[in-house]
Amino acid sequence: MSTVVIAICVLLGLAAVFGIILGYAAVKFKVEGNPIVDQIDGLLPQTQCGQCGYPGCRPYAEAIANGDAINKCPPGGQSTVEALADLLDVEAVPLDAVEETVKKVAYIREDECIGCTKCIQACPVDAILGAAKQMHTVITAECTGCDLCVEPCPVDCIDMLPLETTLNNWKWDAPRPGIELIATDAGRGTEQRGAA
Amino acid sequence: MGKVFAFHGGIHPPENKKQSTRTPIAIAPIPEVLTVPIQQHIGIPAKVLVNVGDQVLKGQMIAAAEGRISASVHAPTSGKVVDISMQPVPHASGLSAQCVVIETDDQEQWSDTQGLADYTALSKPELIDFIRDKGIAGMGGAGFPTDVKLHLGDDHIVNTLIINAAECEPYITADDMLMRERADRIVRGIEVIHHLLKPHHVVIGIEDNKAHAIRVLEEQLKGHPLNIDIVVVPTKYPSGGEKQLIKLLTGVEVPSGGIPADVGIVCQNVGTAAAISDAVFDGKPLISRIVTITGDAARKPQNFEALIGTPFDTLLEAADVDRNALSRLVCGGPMMGFTINDGSIPVIKTSNCVIAATADEMPPAPPAQACIRCGMCEQVCPAELLPQQLHWFAKSRELDKAKHHNLFDCIECGACAYVCPSSIPLVQYYRFAKSEIRNEEAEQRKAELAKQRFEARLARQEQEKLEKEARRKARAADAAKAQAQKAAAPVSQPASSEDELKKLKTAAAVARTKLKKAQTALDKAKADGGDDIAQLDLQFQQAQQASDKAAAALASAEAGQTDAVKPAVDTKQLKTAAAVARTKLKKAEKALASAEEKGQDDLDALRATVKELTQKADAAQQALEQADSGTSAPAVPDTKQLKTAAAVARTKLKKAQSALALAQEQGADNADELAKTVAELEAKAATAQAAFDAAESGSSSAQPQDKTADLQADVDKAKQTLEKAQKALTAAQASGSPAVDKMRAGVEKLEKKYQDAVTALQAVKGSTEKPAAEPELDLKALKQTVSIMRTKLKKAEKALAEAPDDAALADEVARLTQSHDEAKQAFEAGEAKQIEQAAAQGVDLKQLKIDAAMARAAVTKIERAIKKASEQDSDLRELETELVGAQQHADKLNTTLSQFE
Amino acid sequence: MSLIRITSPHVHKPASTADVMRLVLLATIPGVIAMTFFFGWGTLINIAWASLLALTFEAVCVKTRARPVSFYLKDNSALVTAFLIALALPPFAPWWLTAVAVFVAIVIAKHLYGGMGQNPFNPAMVAYALVLISFPVEMTRWTAPFVMLGEGWNVAGFNDTLQLIFGGWSNTADAFTAATPLDEMRHRGGLTTEEAWRASAVLANVGAWHAVSAAYFMGGIFLLYKKIFTWHAPAAFLGSLAVISTLFYLVAPDSYPDPFFHLTVGGTMLGAFFIITDPVSSATSNRGKIVFGIGIGVLVFTIRSWGNYPDAIAFSVLLLNLAAPFIDQYTQPRTYGHKQAKRGAKEKTS
Repeated sequence: MSTVVIAICVLLGLAAVFGIILGYAAVKFKVEGNPIVDQIDGLLPQTQCGQCGYPGCRPYAEAIANGDAINKCPPGGQSTVEALADLLDVEAVPLDAVEETVKKVAYIREDECIGCTKCIQACPVDAILGAAKQMHTVITAECTGCDLCVEPCPVDCIDMLPLETTLNNWKWDAPRPGIELIATDAGRGTEQRGAA
Repeated sequence: MGKVFAFHGGIHPPENKKQSTRTPIAIAPIPEVLTVPIQQHIGIPAKVLVNVGDQVLKGQMIAAAEGRISASVHAPTSGKVVDISMQPVPHASGLSAQCVVIETDDQEQWSDTQGLADYTALSKPELIDFIRDKGIAGMGGAGFPTDVKLHLGDDHIVNTLIINAAECEPYITADDMLMRERADRIVRGIEVIHHLLKPHHVVIGIEDNKAHAIRVLEEQLKGHPLNIDIVVVPTKYPSGGEKQLIKLLTGVEVPSGGIPADVGIVCQNVGTAAAISDAVFDGKPLISRIVTITGDAARKPQNFEALIGTPFDTLLEAADVDRNALSRLVCGGPMMGFTINDGSIPVIKTSNCVIAATADEMPPAPPAQACIRCGMCEQVCPAELLPQQLHWFAKSRELDKAKHHNLFDCIECGACAYVCPSSIPLVQYYRFAKSEIRNEEAEQRKAELAKQRFEARLARQEQEKLEKEARRKARAADAAKAQAQKAAAPVSQPASSEDELKKLKTAAAVARTKLKKAQTALDKAKADGGDDIAQLDLQFQQAQQASDKAAAALASAEAGQTDAVKPAVDTKQLKTAAAVARTKLKKAEKALASAEEKGQDDLDALRATVKELTQKADAAQQALEQADSGTSAPAVPDTKQLKTAAAVARTKLKKAQSALALAQEQGADNADELAKTVAELEAKAATAQAAFDAAESGSSSAQPQDKTADLQADVDKAKQTLEKAQKALTAAQASGSPAVDKMRAGVEKLEKKYQDAVTALQAVKGSTEKPAAEPELDLKALKQTVSIMRTKLKKAEKALAEAPDDAALADEVARLTQSHDEAKQAFEAGEAKQIEQAAAQGVDLKQLKIDAAMARAAVTKIERAIKKASEQDSDLRELETELVGAQQHADKLNTTLSQFE
Repeated sequence: MSLIRITSPHVHKPASTADVMRLVLLATIPGVIAMTFFFGWGTLINIAWASLLALTFEAVCVKTRARPVSFYLKDNSALVTAFLIALALPPFAPWWLTAVAVFVAIVIAKHLYGGMGQNPFNPAMVAYALVLISFPVEMTRWTAPFVMLGEGWNVAGFNDTLQLIFGGWSNTADAFTAATPLDEMRHRGGLTTEEAWRASAVLANVGAWHAVSAAYFMGGIFLLYKKIFTWHAPAAFLGSLAVISTLFYLVAPDSYPDPFFHLTVGGTMLGAFFIITDPVSSATSNRGKIVFGIGIGVLVFTIRSWGNYPDAIAFSVLLLNLAAPFIDQYTQPRTYGHKQAKRGAKEKTS
């Protein structure tokens, strides 16, 4: 009888101790907010283009956190899908749209602009400058290339132009692996790469 | 001192220096055309000061330094600026950059430049500014603007000045020859730098393979008052690297990410010292430099003093380069230089060497083998990195690991790639990884910025929504208060206040609603055949009475008000009434039309209603017009209203006309009636227009330009109407409709109206243009017309593309194209005139526009900054001053701009 | 004129990977001569046989992996592996033993891991360890050096050796075999080292093995002079082995052989200059190489003294190969301009 009592007491005691530890840990190591959304948001390109069907990157991040597909971001491209898959530990799926390979920015043909301010209202990052009946212009450095301003323009004076390569943003190419450069047995190597 | 320390690694590539030191420095021939890039240095491009067609003198500044890190550019010789455009420049990318192209005139006519008799008489900032004005930039490698380095004495304690004469790269002998032949200038330059930086100690670091230069320098420094040491360092690449030379001479390392001044050291190249001497003592800006032309393909390898902007081809020619043997043209040394594929690329301030290499001399690198981690790269790395690890990381794009392994401490000297037994292009991997990381970081920053801006925008929109809501609430509260006051006040003061009127109106409205409800109920009951019809009828009558009463009260009150002191309000109400009447009329008409279509029996009744309503509407309109004419005579805004009225009338007219056309085509019975309506409406429209014109002619003198625009629009509209009508007429004629005559009459009328409008426009224009002395087209209107035309055209084209067989559409497109072109022509002509006008006063309109926009943006930015700052309560004053400045600037630009628009 | 655009540097040291490998092959020549001198033709036949197999396997693998065959064969790396295996195996190792070893080295230890430069383990040592565990009898049947044989006996002639290797083992062959000094020392029963020296014919003739070690040492010095590798790993290995064996010899001279014995018998010299200096599978930084060498030295002594196998180079090298990436992470050199060397794989992301 006494052994049973002792066993119960010990178990209760253990339960109490672990309960206290767990309770303390819950308070001490409390995780603020929902960091996964922040992490996802951090991986998204922040163009705020809405091509994912959500009104901006953060809402999409929240949707992903709630189980939406991770392949709806064309500006981010496949690399973003992979990064998200890595973060969320899920299978990387192919992008559900054609990837935008060239970075673009909006450009207003200023001669044709009639100053209607419609593009200003459409711009998610306030990168268009102008006032009613004044010519508008795009602040290139702020433009994310989301092309949301193209549609509303009544006179079609906004073009999406690829970012020009200048001496300041020119980049070195990655060197080509030596095998690809070899004339003998050439082709097979690249074939293999293509298949992979 | 004199002790030499050591740095890790380093290599001993074949020197190949002897070839180009056999002959003294030659003066390079002056080419016919000099291409001078405006950015030959790190930092912000200089701002071009000359225009195409300008004559420039030798040494004249053609582009001025802008910002802190920037260097001016000077005309290397006298001549004429023939082009300012993108030209290929010496850069690893092979891209083009902005250049000033100067056609030389062989006069070598100097601009008025003067050296300083006594540079110590100037204050330090003045002296540095003087040097900055001469466009001196580092002549060793990166081309860092020298004046920035000379300022280092201000906020750093400079103990040691190191003069870099190591010139460790193979082939290059430009500094070597400079020291042999012009050591005096170098020493004078060092004196100037010494004066500015006041170091305790000056060390000239020179490699032991330049015995001749060392001798000359020692000779020159004999008995020199300053503490200048010549330290001979063993020949080893890359001892001429700034960080490596510092380590060699002082044993001190420059902290990663820092500059030498952080450890009390400033480094200057010997060439820069000589250039400073030229600038200070002779007033000669940096317009030429010594370039080594060497390599196995050059039959006469030697050093040239070449003007900045001289194409490499000229120098290759002078060095008798064998074009057939030439396989690789390297700009810079063989270890860090880059290849160029165009001989027209010009010499710039940092071009120290061009190697015309043969294929035997610099054979293409064999294909890279796998890295066997032999560690030879690590043994030679002067930055003590793990090059093979960095290579793995760069290859597999593990950029964060590469960064962790101090990728950014790599000086890209090429020693690792030199020794690599697997011929891996290591340096290119590092450069690739570096630019990739930089790019990623820039994108990260941009994304962060975009996020911030997006969130700020959302917050702003939320704020606006809240504000709107708050305003709406406030209004509602005000209204409630007013209501309460009114309720408290006696009802028998109808003419006294507007509130009273409002209240009456509300009452009338309530009564009407009730009436309507009663009516609906009654109707329903009637339809259902319910028992309580009688009761409902009674209710309805009561409601009607109440409503009538309310309406009467309102009418009397309004009548009282009409005479009262606030006629404008009244017109508005009248207008509303008229609008209501019109709406009713429209509805009735619609009902009539549908009824007619369906052939219902109550057609007559409906027709009667329509007639009645038409009368009412007319009456209302009349009342309105009367009121308008009573009140609007002195006021300008009325014209607008009149215009609207006229426009409305026109619209109606148009609708009616189209209805008529349709009816006629279908041969409907009521065509005649419709025709009548059209005629009536036409008359009305004409009256409205006339009233408008009258009003306008009265007011147009006050604001002639706007009126012109309006009139222009009217004319356009009239023209369009006319065109449509004509088309309808043609169609009618084609279909043999009986109403052709009537239509023709209508068209004629329209034509007349159009003519009138045109005349009116011209009259107005005539009156406005007289003071303007020359005809000024309304550009904005024109622009708008062009835009509209273009949109229309595009739409039509799209339609056409969808239905290519449609001849009518094709015609339409053709017509639109024509009118678009016309409009565009007119616009362009107008704009050209405007620009001309502006240009006559020396202002570029477009630039002005952009400047204005920028200035406005600056104002907004500063405002935002102020808002932020005010939260922290710091720098506020300064920002405010800046804001005022920016605002003034913006205002000024805006004013200038508005003068031209 | 057609000018090429190419990245800097534009000049290269004329040494290629193939040259490096060729130098390593050259450096084995003294050792090969010494082996042949003392142990007969077996070594040379093994080298030829292993080289043939290695090149064949390499070619097949490279072809299967759809890579340019001639390009890879020309880098001489397969030959180096073959030489090392042939030198490590007993001179009379049967042909199939060598074939198994070369197959394991080239196909499994090298190409299955990604080929040249990608293998985490030294291929020759993987092969050696595998055949040592799988075929202990064949692996311990070493040839006796001729100095040990009695009057009138000579080492097996060329034809005899061919017969032994490709034909099969006969009883007459036993006359040529003997244990290695390390074996003798290990299986000396209850004797003290002193007594073992006196009792064993093999140990009495240990000079032959010393001579072979000296030959390897010469080759190593040649490579060091040619700057094919740095002194760090061999010095650390030999140094640590010497120090630790001296300590134990001083404490208990009866139980442990003297340091000179440790340094000059077995695979010590071959390992120090030809195996642990294999750059692919060893640590990369200089400090890392020192750690790597010390680790191998300690392990070699440990296994020789208290382990089941007489020699320990292969196992020690493989264990330290395993640790090399870890060593690398903690022995990064201090980069110019930095106060401290960085540690670990990556900074913790804050």
